[in-house]
Amino acid sequence: MAAPTREQQVEWYRQMVLIREFEEACYHLYAQKRITGVYLHLYSGHEAVGVGAVAAMERGKDHIITAYRDHGVGLAVGVEAKYLMSEMMGRRDGVSGGKGGSMHLASREHNFWGGYAIVGGHLPLATGIALANQYNQTGGVVISFIGDGATNNGYFHESLNLSGVWKLPVVWIIENNLYGMGTEIIRSAGNPILHKRAAGYGVRDMERVDGQNILAMHAAVKEAIEYARTEGPVLIEAMTYRYYGHGVSDKQYDTRLADELAQWKAEKDPIHLFRSKLVGRYKNIELELNRLDDDAKKQVAEAVEFAEASPLPRTMDELLSNIYVD
Amino acid sequence: MAHEVKLGMDGTLLNWLRGVGEAVKAGDIIAEFEADKATVEVTAPADGVVLEVRLEVGTEAKEGAVIAMIGAAGESAAPAAAPAPTNGHGHGPGPAVAVAATTPEGKIKASPLARKIAEDRGIDLSQIVGTGPGGRIVKEDVEQFVPGTAAPAPAAPTPTPTAAAAPVAPAAPVAVPPTPTPTAAAPAGGRSSYGKLPEGDDVEILEVSRMRRAIADNTILSKQMTPHFYITMDIDVEPLLRLRETLNTALEKEGIKISVNDMVVKATALALRQFPNLNTHYYGDKLVRHKHIHIGIAVALPNNGLMNVVARDADRTTLSVLAQHNKEMFARAREGKVKPEDIRGATFTVSNLGPYDVEHFGAIINPPEAGILAVSSARKVPVVLPDGTLGIGQRMKVTISVDHRVSDGAEGAEFMRYCRQLLEQPMRLLV
Amino acid sequence: MATKNLPMREALRKALMEEMHRDQRVFIMGQEVGYWQGTHRVTRGFIEEFGEKRVRDTPISEMAIGGAAVGAAMAGLRPIAEFMTINFAFLALDAIVNHAAKIHYMFDGMFKVPLVFRAASGWGDQATASHSHAPEPIFAHFPGLYVGCPATAGDAYGMLKTSIRDDNPVLFSESIALYAKPGPVPDDDNYLIPVGKADIKRPGRHVSLITYARGLEWSLLAAKELEKDGIDCEVVDLRWLRPLDTALVFESFKKTGRAVIVEESLPFYSFGSELAAQIQEHCFDYMDAPIKRVSSLDVPLPYSRHIELMALPNAEKVVAAVKEIL
Repeated sequence: MAAPTREQQVEWYRQMVLIREFEEACYHLYAQKRITGVYLHLYSGHEAVGVGAVAAMERGKDHIITAYRDHGVGLAVGVEAKYLMSEMMGRRDGVSGGKGGSMHLASREHNFWGGYAIVGGHLPLATGIALANQYNQTGGVVISFIGDGATNNGYFHESLNLSGVWKLPVVWIIENNLYGMGTEIIRSAGNPILHKRAAGYGVRDMERVDGQNILAMHAAVKEAIEYARTEGPVLIEAMTYRYYGHGVSDKQYDTRLADELAQWKAEKDPIHLFRSKLVGRYKNIELELNRLDDDAKKQVAEAVEFAEASPLPRTMDELLSNIYVD
Repeated sequence: MAHEVKLGMDGTLLNWLRGVGEAVKAGDIIAEFEADKATVEVTAPADGVVLEVRLEVGTEAKEGAVIAMIGAAGESAAPAAAPAPTNGHGHGPGPAVAVAATTPEGKIKASPLARKIAEDRGIDLSQIVGTGPGGRIVKEDVEQFVPGTAAPAPAAPTPTPTAAAAPVAPAAPVAVPPTPTPTAAAPAGGRSSYGKLPEGDDVEILEVSRMRRAIADNTILSKQMTPHFYITMDIDVEPLLRLRETLNTALEKEGIKISVNDMVVKATALALRQFPNLNTHYYGDKLVRHKHIHIGIAVALPNNGLMNVVARDADRTTLSVLAQHNKEMFARAREGKVKPEDIRGATFTVSNLGPYDVEHFGAIINPPEAGILAVSSARKVPVVLPDGTLGIGQRMKVTISVDHRVSDGAEGAEFMRYCRQLLEQPMRLLV
Repeated sequence: MATKNLPMREALRKALMEEMHRDQRVFIMGQEVGYWQGTHRVTRGFIEEFGEKRVRDTPISEMAIGGAAVGAAMAGLRPIAEFMTINFAFLALDAIVNHAAKIHYMFDGMFKVPLVFRAASGWGDQATASHSHAPEPIFAHFPGLYVGCPATAGDAYGMLKTSIRDDNPVLFSESIALYAKPGPVPDDDNYLIPVGKADIKRPGRHVSLITYARGLEWSLLAAKELEKDGIDCEVVDLRWLRPLDTALVFESFKKTGRAVIVEESLPFYSFGSELAAQIQEHCFDYMDAPIKRVSSLDVPLPYSRHIELMALPNAEKVVAAVKEIL
């Protein structure tokens, strides 16, 4: 497998800082009640997982689907921030017309099949999308993220098993951020080494990957996709950490988990680690990266401006449209 | 000023004796009605000319219905306008043509569709008899209703006996409106469906008379809704029969003849004075205690019917007057010419089958009354005399049926013991 | 139109067979649909006819069957997922309700979910409580899903074809008790019964018997019995619980002014409740009697025969209900 180019890596960096900026903005907008609602699950801390995995996809051919922590995937696959931010704010220009909200971002044209809000609920969807690719012999592979918490409900077991039975082209990636909502893995999994579950279902076990290291993520998922394309399903357990808790209403990390959070931020922040690597490897890259930092801020600011100018759906037609296909 | 001619009780118009334009004097009979039990005459309330008649022969109307107007020749009949129906059962004040079944709150039972049609056609629902379940007015009832006529048949009371009914003996309904008129699918009241009507030369098919229908409905209402219990006492009537003989000999010149029944009625009335709870009517969540004691008396009619006449204030009426009144009422009843006051307002009923050599029977309470006294025949029977030897005595079995919702066994027994004392010491009936 | 007399099972089989030949995107998945020849023999001979790709035996994984059908449908296939009995569909309720029914709306029309969930429904002979359900109204509760419940072989044929060709998810309930019941089936590959179109199975004047699926049999028997008493029943077979053909129901009710609603399912929060509410709301001025409902009794169905039968609706109960309001 060829090493990623400088250009590729700069692009990944761009995506990661864009995600970080976007999520920081969301956090503040929620505090200011400019983003409303109950749920907002931020991707800060997970950037290398999402960007690394998406980077490994063959665009236009492979597919991706995830749970409700879906903003990062949306940005990584290339959906414009302004349309995602509009959805956060329930605007007409949102990717889901304001009907889905932050947990239901998707983009058909980017083969991004959406974020889903029932824990584990999208796993069989990934199975079905993979089946469609196998059925139609497209050669496409489906990446399905899985929260660590989802590995304990029936969807996980049934979906992985079915993918194993039918040898479906799907890469299952557990985003293990150590907590299923508020419960640590060790308190919810009989065997907390989650990737070992692959063995039970005839799914290739690619073990743990450092989810804070984008290069490791990219390499692992690249390998997994190529395997899945011809051989069948793969399971990867990506170790990561969430910076804003389960959702914006979760304040545990401020108190109970403050030390742990500080340690992850100081030692394992995916953006810092990657930036250090890039700066160490490529001369004169720092200015370029600084510019990307600024661009990300600017892009997010524009996205917020765009979203807030976008009209809110208000009509009965908007309420009632698309319940059924006409 | 025109005068309204109102109907004194529910009935079917048999005949107009005076027509529009004819002069009448107050008291003249202008129409004849067939009520549940009798032909009733309707008299002119004032002198004048019949200005208007409002009922066709053969149609029915309810008590209180304005059936004609009498006034000066050329005067308008306007004052009373159309018959103004109100709630209508019983003998409350005001005109009453209302016949529709109502909820306990007094709302007429009618389907939304029936209401809509009635509203569209300007029909007053209270004039219509419902034939749906529970007396509900349904579409058909409204569609078949001819404005300006009264209802084809009276409607049902609600299951609780709200109608201020006249007394009924074993089976002698009077003013109680019958339960809903029958429909093909749901036999109501006493009209049970026992399958296909037998036919052929071996049977004769008869119409159920209005009275029969009323009896059926009323007794079913009672037997299904009223928890009866019965207490029988054997009464030594020798002293009573001796006293009766003495009295009748004395009263012969005045043409008065006291019957055993009159004496039982009197005794019952006096006993009720001591046991006012049995002079109480049951109305679901309320009891109505009557201050007057009016004893209903069942009368067998020649045409296989029954009716109750009412001995008003029987406790305060002397036995001879009581006997005279009863005799007159019985005659009117048998001739089908009772007056409205003859048959309403009973608070308790006596049913006497004494003349038929009956050993013993129990009677059906006439709701909402609390009880009914069944009087059997006085018979010569072997008795144990005070000295322990056997002898011949005159005994009469009397049985009270009591509504257990109103009273209990002990009170019933006390009442009966009191009655027996009165009957066995009959001089007390004269005091 | 020429017809053939076929049991409903064969009518369904014919519809499936024709639609699979007509459209290569259509495939069947479910427990024992293939080599077992279908638990109820509806897919008899299919594995031989179409092969393993299009006739897919699955593990006993209702959640995955339900969800994979959704995913495959989103990705362009037209899955027919069979639940061996509708009781097992409860295991897939999330896939059906939260995913199949909502995805089109949640993403504001971005995805279509053209699938059919087939399920064998109803109480069997002493099948006991957990296997004795006719819970179609539960599924009809949710906007986004269509619910079809044929009562005759001909309707089953036309309705299933429509369901397969429609772009919306359909829960298609097949009464086990009706599988063997024969009826005329049109000899027409394109015989389609529009979604949401009810059918008057017997015109009448005095009372409307409104029903679907198994209730039709009881209603027609009751109508025949009541005819002897001069009571003329109109029998309305809704065929689809969603969309509900309220127009025809109202039309019938406005004619008769009386309705008895007949259903196999339970009485609480039921089809009957819904229909009665709609009728009173829209036909109040036409009501000539209270609306009666005949359904199973409000009890889990027992094993023992006599008490089982006591709990179930039948024609006699329909007759009694009619007589109560006439």
